[in-house]
Amino acid sequence: MFLINCPFCGEREQSEFKAGGEAHIIRPKQPTELSDDEWAEYLFMRKNIKGVQFERWNHVHGCRKWFNMVRDTSNDQIKAVYKMGEKPPVKKNV
Amino acid sequence: MSNNLRFKTSKFIDETYRVSFKFNNKTYFGFKGDTLASALLANGIHLVGRSFKYHRPRGIMTSGSEEPNAIIQLHDNSSRTEPNVRATEVEIYEGLVASSQNCWPSVNFDIGGINNLLSPILPAGFYYKTFMWPASFWEKYEYFIRKSAGLGKSPKVADPDIYEHKYIHCDVLVIGAGISGIMAAKMAAKNGFKTLLVDEKSYLGGSSIYDNSEFSKINNQITSSWLEKEINEISKIENLEIKTRTSVAAFHGYNFLLARENLTDHLPINQRENKVRQRLLKIRAKKVITATGSIERPLIFDNNDRPGILLSSAIKKYIDLYGVACGENNILFTNNDTAYETAMSLIQRGIKINAIIDNREQIDSKISYEVEKNNIRIYKGYTVVDTYGYRRINKISIMKLSKDGQTVIGDKTKLNCDCLGVSGGWTPAVHLFTQSGGKLKFREEDQVFIPNVYPSDQISVGSCNGDFGLEEIISNTLSSIKKFLDIDNSEYKTVETISGLNQSKRNIWLLPSDKSMGKTKSFVDYQNDATAKDIKLALREGFRSIEHVKRYTTTGMGTDQGKLGNMHALGIISETAGTKMGEHGTTTFRPPYTPLTFGTIVGRNVGEFFDIFRRTPIHDWHVANNAEFENVGQWKRAWYYPKDNENMHQAVQRESKAARDSAGILDASTLGKIDIQGTDASEFLNRVYTNAWSKLAVGKCRYGLMLNEDGMVYDDGVTTRLGENHYIMTTTTGGAANVLGKLEDYLQTEWPELDVYLSSVTDHYATISVCGPNSKKIVSKVIPDLDLSDEKFPHMSFKNAKIDNIKCRVMRISFTGEHSYEINIQANFGKSVWEKCMEAGKDFNITPYGTETMHLLRAEKGFIIVGQDTDATLTPIDLQMDWIVSKKKYDFIGKRSLYRSDTIREDRKQLVGLLTENPEEVLEEGAQIVADIKKSPIEMLGHVTSSYYSPNLKKSIALGVVKGGKNMLGQKLIIPMENKNINVTVADPVFLDKEGERLNAKL
Ligand SMILES: [Zn+2]
Repeated sequence: MFLINCPFCGEREQSEFKAGGEAHIIRPKQPTELSDDEWAEYLFMRKNIKGVQFERWNHVHGCRKWFNMVRDTSNDQIKAVYKMGEKPPVKKNV
Repeated sequence: MSNNLRFKTSKFIDETYRVSFKFNNKTYFGFKGDTLASALLANGIHLVGRSFKYHRPRGIMTSGSEEPNAIIQLHDNSSRTEPNVRATEVEIYEGLVASSQNCWPSVNFDIGGINNLLSPILPAGFYYKTFMWPASFWEKYEYFIRKSAGLGKSPKVADPDIYEHKYIHCDVLVIGAGISGIMAAKMAAKNGFKTLLVDEKSYLGGSSIYDNSEFSKINNQITSSWLEKEINEISKIENLEIKTRTSVAAFHGYNFLLARENLTDHLPINQRENKVRQRLLKIRAKKVITATGSIERPLIFDNNDRPGILLSSAIKKYIDLYGVACGENNILFTNNDTAYETAMSLIQRGIKINAIIDNREQIDSKISYEVEKNNIRIYKGYTVVDTYGYRRINKISIMKLSKDGQTVIGDKTKLNCDCLGVSGGWTPAVHLFTQSGGKLKFREEDQVFIPNVYPSDQISVGSCNGDFGLEEIISNTLSSIKKFLDIDNSEYKTVETISGLNQSKRNIWLLPSDKSMGKTKSFVDYQNDATAKDIKLALREGFRSIEHVKRYTTTGMGTDQGKLGNMHALGIISETAGTKMGEHGTTTFRPPYTPLTFGTIVGRNVGEFFDIFRRTPIHDWHVANNAEFENVGQWKRAWYYPKDNENMHQAVQRESKAARDSAGILDASTLGKIDIQGTDASEFLNRVYTNAWSKLAVGKCRYGLMLNEDGMVYDDGVTTRLGENHYIMTTTTGGAANVLGKLEDYLQTEWPELDVYLSSVTDHYATISVCGPNSKKIVSKVIPDLDLSDEKFPHMSFKNAKIDNIKCRVMRISFTGEHSYEINIQANFGKSVWEKCMEAGKDFNITPYGTETMHLLRAEKGFIIVGQDTDATLTPIDLQMDWIVSKKKYDFIGKRSLYRSDTIREDRKQLVGLLTENPEEVLEEGAQIVADIKKSPIEMLGHVTSSYYSPNLKKSIALGVVKGGKNMLGQKLIIPMENKNINVTVADPVFLDKEGERLNAKL
């Protein structure tokens, strides 16, 4: 079980958190302008990387804040956590 | 026979404390300090069970948690009965009752033993191959397989014991209290680390604590004496916590470990009252030191499984620790020096050794010379080729090994014995290390897998790290712990060791025989009866990966996870396939290391704590008034209130009729309530609901439908505008938490610029819904000051009011189609207001109704229940709720998905009403809907989602989803049931009062 460093609360057990899938997928500002394929790209397509992945997590049984995490899915090492809206670290540097 | 087997010299056995116990219905005696295994051996009992597949007689083989054979049923027929317990781990106590498993009618005469004679036709994969065909016979085969299989009986009644969970945080966790573990714990604790030392045994010191040999010394002291002083010293260190009888079950990532602490299993039953039996420790350690030692390997030869064949180290332990001899005529069979330590222990007690069979040609160690000096014949370069004796070994035959060790040569010699100790060298116990994600490497010299890459802040020391000699163990433990903890002071000045053992070994995974392979039974996995022959067969049939071979042959799939034989399986695979060790993978050891009882896993979460339920503030009234309850999410909701032996149908019919004829009252407190505030609250609602919210006046209510981004209906409910920037949203009972989570997600991640604050207030309010033609009269009695006229308080509006000076919110909203009011009041006043309504409604036959009647009433009106009439595949358009989807709004969650090529298909499943040809016939919810039953295969058009008999309409009504149903009004369809086909007509889903006359009636 991971120890996750919530950017708002500090280190907590994984059981307090909920994973929320791939990070940095921005909801299109004008969905009605998009073709079916473009909308489907936003709606359905998600990466499933073996290696360093950018993810959303929610401290659901804590401060209830969403934040981002960089995790290596091959060994579950957490490389970085940062708040929503903050600039993600460069992948090759983590 | 048994008189000569006990040596009253062990300090671990309390000879003044005699303990009686029962095994297979016979009473025996042992001493305090014995395990069930040592006590049985002291009574001359080796045969304790039958093997799984061939039902071969099996005896105690080891002295620890790696035991494959001596797995027994503890506590016969009582609520504490427990299957698959290792006799080698059970500490005996007065009154213990145990019996053999997997044998019928008895362990000495077992009918299943016929399988042993049938074994030529029971090869690996036999069950897979034979019973697959013909498919229709499977049920018959299964009956016989299940009857003859099985490992013990599970208890039939509730476990009377108490279990609990405990979190432990420490700087350093040391697993295993042998020499390395004791040294590591002392170094850590003395250097200021908060340290926890755990060991699965009841004593500390591991196998060295009973090592009284002159051939291995530390600082010129006998190992056990040196260690005793160390143990004495560490027991006084303040920041070192020591837990014995504590077995680490799992080593997860981030140094999170689970351990089982055994607290009462060694006590007589009458001393266990009100005590916690086992504790599941959830340990989070900054650093982990694994010192789990190693497990002796057996040797793989023909008939290597007879009772009386034990690991050589086990024989030594039974003598030195328990004072028990496993036999009176012993032979040791080895490929390394450790068996000579056993020989010395036997010699010291004057127990006869008939011979030592050693695979090695050259043996050059002090200890072997000493053994030879005692006139013990050592057969060098020999191997055992066969064993004899049915219920107990009585003979072996041996032959000389060829130079390459692949064949046997020369004459066969037979030797008598009643006990054979085998030693194939040692396998580091890397189970926990690999569980944690550690990667192993193979060391060619002595053919062992050892830790290589550590995934977390941890280290392995001692023989689990591949250090077997006393000197290497001590010096490597010292240096690596110093480095690991980054400390200068090791607490150990100089540690001198002397060892009379050499590390030489002649490793042959599968020993040769004079018989052909097909005629041998060389067991690799004793518990699952997998032989070397089976593994070779699997390879011939094309299996390569160890994981596939394991499953096909069932090697390593038993409750012992193949702790003894897995290495041999890998060795035989690599030899046969001509590949390097580890090339076909190493087996994955999965938690738990040793089995855990369910009690330990669930801890205190039993009975009413198994699944916590939520009660409304009015719950006690429902209980007092005979309500039946329904689980909705975690809530207990009143389902219906049966009167005078009514069944559910009768109660619901009565309740539904009363609600429409006069007045009904419903506890709606479970509905989710979210308080929404902020200057952008209206804009926010516009984005999350399909309909428009900006123009909703303060004091008005509106029904809203919420979609997922994929356009599918997610939740619904009425939201009320309490003030300019203040709303209260209601959600479905089951969806409340998820809706709040989803709204928070959008606010925090997509629209952080919106000034909106959300707060769950579900538990803060009791919600009482009064409906029916007399609801107005009742509410006016409860809240006389409130003007209920249609002009002042029309449908879909809200008023602040007071009941006895307590503020409440009253909404005029309806889920039944009747004139109705919803009173929301601070939760702790809920019950008294409910009672007030009941009192005020007395003259109007006010009838409490539960969820079932609520469902019926809303179905008459064609109102959906999200989650019953919808699943995650229906859009509002599919539900024929186009009216609620705003065309004007630029965007809302899910809008774009409503005109994807898939969601605009005409033949999607759509919600329709269904009327049966026979109005008395009530459809089954979930029943399939078809048009043509002659077509093969019959095309399924949809299914029934809600179905009731309506007492108000005096006919059966149903809702369902049907492909293209929107355009099928009036069409006849068929519901095929087991014994009949029911004819139905597609109808408007609104069955009652489509014009809303009841709702708007002047009352
Ligand atoms: Zn937090």
